Amino acid sequence: MKKHIKTLSGTPLKNTLLHGGCGECQTSCQSACKTSCTVGNQACER
Amino acid sequence: MLDKSCVHTYSQGGLHFAVDGNSGAVHLLDDAALELINLIISERGIENRADLTEFLRQRPRWQEVGAEVLELVDQGLLFSEDLTEVPPRPETVVKALCLNVAHDCNLRCSYCFASTGDFKGERELMPFEVAQAAVEFLLRASKHRRQLEIDFFGGEPLLNWDVVRRTVEYAQERAREHGKVFRFTITTNGLGLTPAISDFINKHMYNVVLSLDGRRKVNDRVRQTAGQRGSVYDVVVPKYRELVAGRKGRSYYVRGTFTALNLDFAQDVAHIHDLGFAQISMEPVVTSEEQDWALREEHLPRILEEYERLAELYLERQQEGRPFNFFHFNVELKKGPCLYKRLSGCGAGYEYLAVTPQGELYPCHQFVGNEDFRLGSVWDGIVHEELPLRFKDAHVLNSPTCRSCWAKYYCSGGCPKNNWEKAGNFLGVDELSCQLEKKRLECAFYIQAGSQPYSDQE
Repeated sequence: MKKHIKTLSGTPLKNTLLHGGCGECQTSCQSACKTSCTVGNQACER
Repeated sequence: MLDKSCVHTYSQGGLHFAVDGNSGAVHLLDDAALELINLIISERGIENRADLTEFLRQRPRWQEVGAEVLELVDQGLLFSEDLTEVPPRPETVVKALCLNVAHDCNLRCSYCFASTGDFKGERELMPFEVAQAAVEFLLRASKHRRQLEIDFFGGEPLLNWDVVRRTVEYAQERAREHGKVFRFTITTNGLGLTPAISDFINKHMYNVVLSLDGRRKVNDRVRQTAGQRGSVYDVVVPKYRELVAGRKGRSYYVRGTFTALNLDFAQDVAHIHDLGFAQISMEPVVTSEEQDWALREEHLPRILEEYERLAELYLERQQEGRPFNFFHFNVELKKGPCLYKRLSGCGAGYEYLAVTPQGELYPCHQFVGNEDFRLGSVWDGIVHEELPLRFKDAHVLNSPTCRSCWAKYYCSGGCPKNNWEKAGNFLGVDELSCQLEKKRLECAFYIQAGSQPYSDQE
């Protein structure tokens, strides 16, 4: 437990290279924007 | 080496943050941690872990917080190095189509990127045979991919409702035969909604996007009927209420566009929420710079402030027990997408394509009508084979601006069409969009921290 720093995120993104890439996730532009792009708001489908 | 180029610190609402762009890590800091991390960033003599250890050894006052920083460095969560090479991509397939079922609209919104529905071409509707061929194309092109998406778009898709309904039924039947699943979305201006249509949407559509810009005067100033008769707001709000009442927990968004004419758009989000809609998206307008309503550099400070106001409103209403969801403040910090996804972004041009009423394929709805970007057709598939590769390669690691940006793995490089319009190529960026996206991300992290106050940490 740290006193000065609290990490809000999970493990480094590099780790996802080991098991990611299934491609079953939603296409980001289909959700609500259609004029911009955000990817970090999506959850992995696995 | 410690990579400082992608570490971003900021403060908002009395909280301090550090974002490590290369690892995607987001840290909530106390005053001492913020001071030390900023010091490390500015100190030229600290280039690697040994330099940092020595720096801390000579300064006992930083010992405690320094140990925490070193721990994060060792975990690859702070000052982490970026990928040295682009990972080999898994095979990509087309998995989503935007069906422009109507190149026509019963509204004449002044800011419409689709030239009030006709995409600068003929006003026309997609025949069922074209939609059917699009479904077959998607089933073929998606190969082993199970989950497929179709968005009914336009123009106004309800002008061609019978084709929408028949396409959903056809696709569902074909998906069963192929062991696949379709997720349908429809984006509508609401004018043509009837109880029967809303019922069908609620039964069959995974998501529905309902256009409304907020307050009546804001909405009706830019969203007008073709004959400019009556208030669009007054017609669609009751229809949206009825539809949303039947969603039963399924996804929907009331989606607005803000322009230079309503830079106080947080009030429009609040208004939409007050109308009873809790799933809200509010997008910056995409238009050419000479228009009165275009967002320009000079508006930036005001827009950034407004996003902060919106973040406070978000937290206030959450604390009052009447939360709403704002699309661009959503961020998935623990179970977010993999790096492959973050390197593919929206997938326009190779995972996601748009289909015109005549069955032509384009990289996405934004490119429709631009002949240079016509990829092929739903019958012939992609014949312009070089073009998808250009889209595929336009990822953040190939863009010099994105590569050194802390937000790169959250925004994935932004909208290719916006980049192409503003920078003239896919590897440049639309600087204004970047500034807005970075602010929205800052607000999103702030909200995540604000939802779990620092004093309550374990």
